[in-house]
Amino acid sequence: MSAYRPGPLLPAGEGRDAALFTVVAILCFLAVFGAMAAAAADRAAAGWSRSMAAEATVQVNPRPDESGDQAAARAAEVLAGVPGVVETEALERAEAERLLRPWLGESILPDLPLPHLVVVRLDEAQPAPPETLSRALAEAGLDARVDDHSVWRADVGRAALTAQAAAIGLAVLAALAAAASVIFASRAALQARHEMVEVLSLTGATDSFITNLFQSRFAWLAAVAGAAGALAACGLLAALVLGGGDQGLTPALPFDWSDIILAAPAPLLAAGLAALAARLTVGRLLRVAYRTETRG
Amino acid sequence: MPSPAAAPTSSAVRFDSVGLRYGADGPEVLRDVGFTLPAGSFHFLTGASGAGKSSLLRLIYMGAAPSRGSVSVFGQDTTRITPADRTSMRRRMGVVFHDFRLVDHMTAFDNAALPLRVAGQKPRAYIEDVQELLSWVGLGTRTSSYPPALSAGEKQRLAIARAVVGRPWLILADEPTGAVDDDMAVRILRLFVELNRLGATVLIATHDRELVGRSGMPSLHLERGRLTEGQP
Repeated sequence: MSAYRPGPLLPAGEGRDAALFTVVAILCFLAVFGAMAAAAADRAAAGWSRSMAAEATVQVNPRPDESGDQAAARAAEVLAGVPGVVETEALERAEAERLLRPWLGESILPDLPLPHLVVVRLDEAQPAPPETLSRALAEAGLDARVDDHSVWRADVGRAALTAQAAAIGLAVLAALAAAASVIFASRAALQARHEMVEVLSLTGATDSFITNLFQSRFAWLAAVAGAAGALAACGLLAALVLGGGDQGLTPALPFDWSDIILAAPAPLLAAGLAALAARLTVGRLLRVAYRTETRG
Repeated sequence: MPSPAAAPTSSAVRFDSVGLRYGADGPEVLRDVGFTLPAGSFHFLTGASGAGKSSLLRLIYMGAAPSRGSVSVFGQDTTRITPADRTSMRRRMGVVFHDFRLVDHMTAFDNAALPLRVAGQKPRAYIEDVQELLSWVGLGTRTSSYPPALSAGEKQRLAIARAVVGRPWLILADEPTGAVDDDMAVRILRLFVELNRLGATVLIATHDRELVGRSGMPSLHLERGRLTEGQP
């Protein structure tokens, strides 16, 4: 017995531990990936809004003595000199027809009266306000209407907010489900070991000794399961970022490597919840072990 | 063999008009039980199955609290103590449970050493004592075996070793000779007598009145939850 080492007070691994591990890992995966999706939705919303804000469209009504293309070219020239404008491009009829052909077909395009448009790209840091553009056009004697996409921006912003709220909601729901599962699974696993709790108590272990024993066991189990779930979410993120080149596999939901940081709290939160659940459950089991029977 | 230190109070256990009922509507399994076990005494607790022997022991080792009356152990009312006091008192008790309550994933050696280990002792401080005790109860060659691989008699002897390893002031044993042959029963009884001689208070619950008669020790007798012999 010279090399004697005491065996573990709790069994090394059991079937019910594997079940708890699986449940915690899956729910942590869902919670982490939900948070990553929420971050991507936020990024997408900001991108859509930024690109729409950096552009304005001007519709020009030509004077009787000039063609539409001439009026558009003159408007583009005027606007190019306005501070806060980076670039202007008069959209020629041929270009407008090219854009509309997939929607309207070939036959009616030649007879269709098309608006004469100028695309204005604005400085993202200090964009020229639409009033300034309108004033410059009026001063040049051009009859034109400036559309700064504000209506579309508001619609897109609302849609993006909805998508973002849905992603955050899913992440929060998954996190709550993970928390509840950690608590219930830890409690169930502990209830199954109530005899061990009782034996330790009756052989002279202090309540804190027993509580710490189970608390550290379940915290470690949940931490490893949380890490496994978080790692799986990071794996999926990597596949989505790497698999689709610049656009990613999901262009509408641009995941980024920086989203990996969202996986970091998962093991800690899972461990904290499991430890808390174990502490409360063991405390209750110990109270039950010496409950006051009905006095009367 | 471990020698217990003497308990500091004159009465090791005292019951005053104790009643015990499990649940609000359950029958009263113990009724108006009152007795005193002086420190250093040896008693049997006899009675038929269901008479309340295990419940009475349970009240002493604080596995339950009385529904009425009071139970004092080492001079302290068990219903008025803190969890820390309860732990401290349990460390001075050795309990042999009727169903052994061994830990299946721990070896026989680890099971026997459990009370010392949870009390914070290092293996080098107890390894020789535990080995000697296991040899004494006939388990010297089974120290590495796990309880599922032991016979009922071996489990019982292991449960006894675990109960006495901490040199308790008070030994409670619930049918400790129920699963062993006559020779081993005598041997186990001798162990309890020896521990009693060294200062421990011993209370053994049994339905074997022949064993009680052979030992010549006093007994308390329970019938349907009432004490009918040995009341103070």
